[in-house]
Amino acid sequence: MTLLKVDGLNKHFGGLHAVNSVSFDVKKGDIKAVIGPNGAGKTTLFNLICGGLDADSGAVEFDSQPILGLKPYQIAATGISRTFQNIKMFPGMTALENVMVGLHTKSRAGFWAAMLHLPSTRTEEKTIRARAYALLELLEIAQFADVEASSLAFGQQRAIEFARALASDPTLLLLDEPAAGLNIYETAEVARLITKIQQQGITVLLVEHDMSLVMDISDEIVVLSCGQHIAEGTPSEIQHNEEVIQIYLGE
Amino acid sequence: MGAKKITGIALLVVFVVAVQIATQLTGTSYYLTQLTMTMYSCLLIIGLCLVMGYAGQVSLGHAGFFAIGGYTSASLTTTNLLPALEGGSSWVSMLNSMGLLTAGSSMFGEPLLTVHPWLACLLAITITALIAFLVGIPVLKLKGHYLAMATLGFGIIIFRIVLAMEFFGEADGISDVPGFTLLPGLTVNGDIDNRVVNYYIAAAVLVTGFVLLLNLIDSRVGRALRAIHGAEDAADSMGINTARYKLYTFVISAVFAAVAGVLLTHYTGGISPSDAGVMKSVRYVAIVAIGGMASLWGALTMGGILNFLSLRGFFGSYDDAVFGTILIIIMLFAPEGVLRLTLWSKFKRQKKEKGS
Repeated sequence: MTLLKVDGLNKHFGGLHAVNSVSFDVKKGDIKAVIGPNGAGKTTLFNLICGGLDADSGAVEFDSQPILGLKPYQIAATGISRTFQNIKMFPGMTALENVMVGLHTKSRAGFWAAMLHLPSTRTEEKTIRARAYALLELLEIAQFADVEASSLAFGQQRAIEFARALASDPTLLLLDEPAAGLNIYETAEVARLITKIQQQGITVLLVEHDMSLVMDISDEIVVLSCGQHIAEGTPSEIQHNEEVIQIYLGE
Repeated sequence: MGAKKITGIALLVVFVVAVQIATQLTGTSYYLTQLTMTMYSCLLIIGLCLVMGYAGQVSLGHAGFFAIGGYTSASLTTTNLLPALEGGSSWVSMLNSMGLLTAGSSMFGEPLLTVHPWLACLLAITITALIAFLVGIPVLKLKGHYLAMATLGFGIIIFRIVLAMEFFGEADGISDVPGFTLLPGLTVNGDIDNRVVNYYIAAAVLVTGFVLLLNLIDSRVGRALRAIHGAEDAADSMGINTARYKLYTFVISAVFAAVAGVLLTHYTGGISPSDAGVMKSVRYVAIVAIGGMASLWGALTMGGILNFLSLRGFFGSYDDAVFGTILIIIMLFAPEGVLRLTLWSKFKRQKKEKGS
């Protein structure tokens, strides 16, 4: 079953055709990776899906609903979560608080309820605190719950970011270069966590530079080059695709 | 967390009572007048602290909101509607029959018919909230310095309006504003016999506002605001409607300023264009900054100390210069109060490491 359908997506920056009629599907339950050399249009594609950029033409359907043109916070409400290439921890907040912000769409308390500290707010606060803690446990970082998130190591911050993104109970998780800035041990750790997330029944679409990570965990791979869809298939198909080898290794 | 908050509030209440008793024992109850005025200023300052320190949106226009509140209430409670009633205005007679007008007499003994202070107060708050809402929609799309400039512009517009309009008393402002009877026996006015009561009214309003804001920042909404401040795009992708949160916060803090404006105007019996002045806004921003930006307790403490000293004439004719200097120093050495926070957390971490 198709969860996300990207159909003929186009984006120009001036004379540069950054994303050129890209189409692909993401099957429910899969880990799908988008790879390509620098400047292939991976990040642009990612931002088009997340609502950070407006597409020139094309369509993106999530769960058979068009999502192109929605604002990021509206896209989040449909059940898509994302992480950032340069991990964006909320400064001054503990790991637990970061994840609690992720539970925003799962909680209700508004300005009045919060100011008056109503009993319903108190119960809700307890619930989301417990849920946030459970997510930190799932990602094996519960011991850092009360530490300021931005003071932790990159690998740990990445795990907190995953927990934060999972907090909204997404059906689709978008990861923007999850291995960026990590050493090989941390990358292996992140790969393991991504598989663990998949086992929770969450579909993952990741944009990545790091080949080892992608080949190990992906069910399917899309290769972009100069904004165009070059190849698509399983990791072993991609590894043996002449065109892909040429793009990556040159003539 | 909760226990800490309750202890803090309890200590604050004890402090407020202790100060009043101390002034009584030492025969310095004239301090209560400045303390009351200080507390109303603090009400505005903690509201500004919410929008600046927590939501990260600088406002150099809060004296404007204070003035809208104060001037609305002052003009409505001083404009004599008796001629209009005698002239057969259906509006005025309707308000009169609904009991929303109040009869009195001027200092020369002529009869007056004015809007009841409660109605004036509610109108003042509503109008301020509405203006903050309408101004906030376009202005809050701006960030950083641009937002500061836009709110500064708003403040200047309000200042020029009250200075130019006859209805608002031009350069003289509005005086002879009557007292505001909140409940029988509880009147906000400047009578010397009523000084202690007014001190406690101001304290009650301030502590209530303070508790509301403490609750707010320690909640889902407060976390969302801090998230917007820290990384707006990440907050957005968490499903937070950042534009709406910023706008509501801006309106709430404008309402705090309006309440302060209304009550202080009834307390001192008047308001003048200088209350809407840009230097007032700069002063409020400076106090929030020196209080540590994202610290309601800091804003309250610094607001209390600095306003009181200023009202006692401690800074003499350098008053505005003092606050300007504070702002420059903070911006140079601790922008966003970040330095203070990082130094403090470093200190704490070092202590922890040494201890272990």
